[in-house]
Amino acid sequence: MHTLTLAEMRSALESGDFSSVELCRHYIDRIKSQNEALNAFVSITEEQAMEAARVADQKRASGNLDGALHGLPIGHKDIFCTDGVRTTCGSRMLEEFVPPYNATVVEKLKAAGAICLGKTNMDEFAMGSSNENSYFGAVRNPWDNDRVPGGSSGGSAAAVGGRLVPACTGTDTGGSIRQPAAFCGITGLKPTYGRVSRYGMIAFASSLDQGGPMAVTAEDCALLLNEMAGFDERDSTSIERDKDDYVSSLGNSIDGVKIGLPKQYFDAGLDSSIATALQVAIAELEKLGAKFVDIDLANQHLSVPAYYIVAPAECSSNLARFDGVRYGHRCDDPKDLEDLYKRSRAEGFGREVKRRILVGTYALSAGYYDAYYLKAQKIRSLISRDFSQAFESVDFILGPTTPSPAFKLGEKTGDPVEMYLNDIYTIPANLAGLPGISVPCGEAEGLPVGMQLVGNYFDEARLLNVAHQYQAVTDWHTRLPE
Amino acid sequence: MQWETVIGLEIHAQLATQSKIFSASSTQYGAEPNTQANAVDLGMPGVLPVLNQEAVRMAVKFALATNAEIGKRNVFSRKNYFYPDLPKGYQISQMSLPIVGAGVVPIELEDGVVKNVGLTRAHLEEDAGKSVHEEFHDATGVDLNRAGTPLLEIVSEPDMRSAKEAVAYAKKIHSIVRYIEICDGNMQEGSFRCDANVSIRPAGDDKLGTRSEIKNVNSFRFLERAINFEVERQIDILEAGGEVVQETRLYDADKDETRSMRSKEEANDYRYFPDPDLLPVQVEDELIESIRSTLPELSDARRARFISELELSEYDAGVMTSDRYTADYFEAVLQKSGASAKLACTWISGELFSRLNKEGIELNASPVDADRFSQLVARLHDNTISGKIAKEVLDKMWSGDATADQVIEQEGLKQISDSSEIEKMVDDVIAANPDQVAEFRSGKEKLLAFFVGQVMKASRGKANPGELNKLLQEKLKS
Repeated sequence: MHTLTLAEMRSALESGDFSSVELCRHYIDRIKSQNEALNAFVSITEEQAMEAARVADQKRASGNLDGALHGLPIGHKDIFCTDGVRTTCGSRMLEEFVPPYNATVVEKLKAAGAICLGKTNMDEFAMGSSNENSYFGAVRNPWDNDRVPGGSSGGSAAAVGGRLVPACTGTDTGGSIRQPAAFCGITGLKPTYGRVSRYGMIAFASSLDQGGPMAVTAEDCALLLNEMAGFDERDSTSIERDKDDYVSSLGNSIDGVKIGLPKQYFDAGLDSSIATALQVAIAELEKLGAKFVDIDLANQHLSVPAYYIVAPAECSSNLARFDGVRYGHRCDDPKDLEDLYKRSRAEGFGREVKRRILVGTYALSAGYYDAYYLKAQKIRSLISRDFSQAFESVDFILGPTTPSPAFKLGEKTGDPVEMYLNDIYTIPANLAGLPGISVPCGEAEGLPVGMQLVGNYFDEARLLNVAHQYQAVTDWHTRLPE
Repeated sequence: MQWETVIGLEIHAQLATQSKIFSASSTQYGAEPNTQANAVDLGMPGVLPVLNQEAVRMAVKFALATNAEIGKRNVFSRKNYFYPDLPKGYQISQMSLPIVGAGVVPIELEDGVVKNVGLTRAHLEEDAGKSVHEEFHDATGVDLNRAGTPLLEIVSEPDMRSAKEAVAYAKKIHSIVRYIEICDGNMQEGSFRCDANVSIRPAGDDKLGTRSEIKNVNSFRFLERAINFEVERQIDILEAGGEVVQETRLYDADKDETRSMRSKEEANDYRYFPDPDLLPVQVEDELIESIRSTLPELSDARRARFISELELSEYDAGVMTSDRYTADYFEAVLQKSGASAKLACTWISGELFSRLNKEGIELNASPVDADRFSQLVARLHDNTISGKIAKEVLDKMWSGDATADQVIEQEGLKQISDSSEIEKMVDDVIAANPDQVAEFRSGKEKLLAFFVGQVMKASRGKANPGELNKLLQEKLKS
């Protein structure tokens, strides 16, 4: 059952090959037997899920379907607030936090009939590229348990990669959907900023955060995005515009599409095994009619430094609400207000979160604001402009998702800068607000390799179309870890 | 040495929107603690602010009323600091791009001179909650009902030179925000709060002295007293050879003094930056024009019209335009009664206001609305009743629903203007008082009042006084 895609499961449910109860039971059993090794889930909502599956089967029997995802199991990254279900954001700060509301994404997927099996592990407050920053312990890569699954949506990626669940939600601030998708051999899409509502998604860096789907195939991502996308009056930064149908265009021919290859993405910093895999993928796409041209994204090298000003600056303010006053972790016996703040936050936040709060506070301080924050915003404009110019001559931009395949646990924890450089290819799309997808495109040392395609604003349908056409002639996405 | 006082005011006007500036919670004052605070007001994880467009409209209205520039692209920023009644750890405010820019507010000084006070800017922001210290042992309670209430912070130039000027300016802003109905102006409930920046300098100097900021002033009287206290304090310091420290000072009304709250060194670095959860606000010309078209005739313009077109005295025109409701009431009475402006004004500012004052109610809660009051004035105007009877009629109207005509009819209070009827009464009085008639005719003309009183008594107050006077004069002098 778990070798099927979401789309295949949907057909199987329709034709009565199995029921939602059988399907959910199968996955819950897989989670129970494998989560100890992977640590992909921080909460398993077995009871609610099985009840929802029973209801879904009954409804189906009476010909009454909720929507396109009726009775299909999914997981939610533990950054999305779930009404009545603990939402930790990977932090001790929210270890016991039970929100009284659903995130819009959760609400929409539920309305479409999806059944949530549990909440997936993540780097604390989505800050990390290896999922080693979770208060609930590191997540392990299903392809090699000594390696990281990537981050911050590492739990979601490992859960889908190990087929503990067929699809998950994720969030991507600097690559947090695409990088773990690449490391775990799955497909992950970061939509255009504003495409998917951020309401109820715990904020890390508000101007960069974007929720998106993580699944086995591009088609499954399209199925999920169809439900997740759309304007939300509760999120002022969500975009008011007609929603595309991401599924109906998957079968379009990609003959003649123009794809740019930025010379900056294929330089010495790229692992040769990744470069080789990409060359093979490019050849496959050429066979489908894609035309490749070299392009120049001159300011790409500035994206990591700019990102590590903007994201910490926003996070230093976004995380100020965790003060131990109204909810979340509160220290024992505070002496006074200052003691309450200091100890609650010192105990509630982990090292990386504290590091970024400090960096961000510094960057926004009087006397430094212009030199750091404002300058970073200017770099952001430059990077966006580079992309806009590129999209005048190409439809998509192709490159690696990560500089190397999944690294070992502990390998980079000692050097934050080396860790940060893992997102060197994914961060530019966040700074510009562009959609990007990571698609499995090969193996290196027995580990999955991801190819990244970046599209123009709101071009998710065509991005998914290209990825789907590629997956129709390749089988990297169907490979399972042993 | 001669010292010059320099004052600038920062006024926080709570906008009279139904719901909060970034959430759907009610802004009603006085509810049970934390019953008007939703997930957004509580700063729960993942929730987002959505701007209340009504707050934008009200700010634009203020800009139009003060001829101020409108920030057609204005931006919300975060002001970061920790406090228990500030749920998100930052206040959403506006920094470099406010919604209202420079403007001018003319104020009238006691000697009648008009002075223009510069408006620096006005910006939108959210209010914080309240920390509650009473009722809790060894702890502090937090009430977030007020958190997220929209405020317009109105900042003046340091253009005022005395406490009296500062009060005149504050009163003018108070009148404007009430007139255009963007703030209820209730200072007791904190809907209208003034902070004063006060400094002194040797008379004739151009350079500003070091200022202190006085907070917590909740009446115009206290504003005047707090500034005067602060000016004296600063003069004492400088004349003793000391230096004024830049600091925030709290006014204590009980002790009538200001005391230090925090100095500049302890001041927060608020780390302002544009709020990424909110898009820049675009104020379109279309919106500005639609607001302009609904803007009421403002107090100053209306007052000028009352003087030039209705020929009211400056004083009366001022009273009739003291707030928008009074002016509307006056104009409604004027139009419906057909009476002169003077008559309508006299009865509103006299009988009506004294009754309202006595009972401590506002005009908008008056038991007699403009419609009913206009009929009373109409009957005065067409001489159906005398002023004395009108007071009697108003008494009856005050305690019931009857119209002036119904009271006059039911009580038989209609004025007697029929001269033959009055003539008969005059004749009777003259016949009954021969001694007084003789005295009058021998020159004691003051006795006319006696005869008037007698006839009035006979008519139970209903005789038309004009007619009565005329007839008495004729008969007594013949």
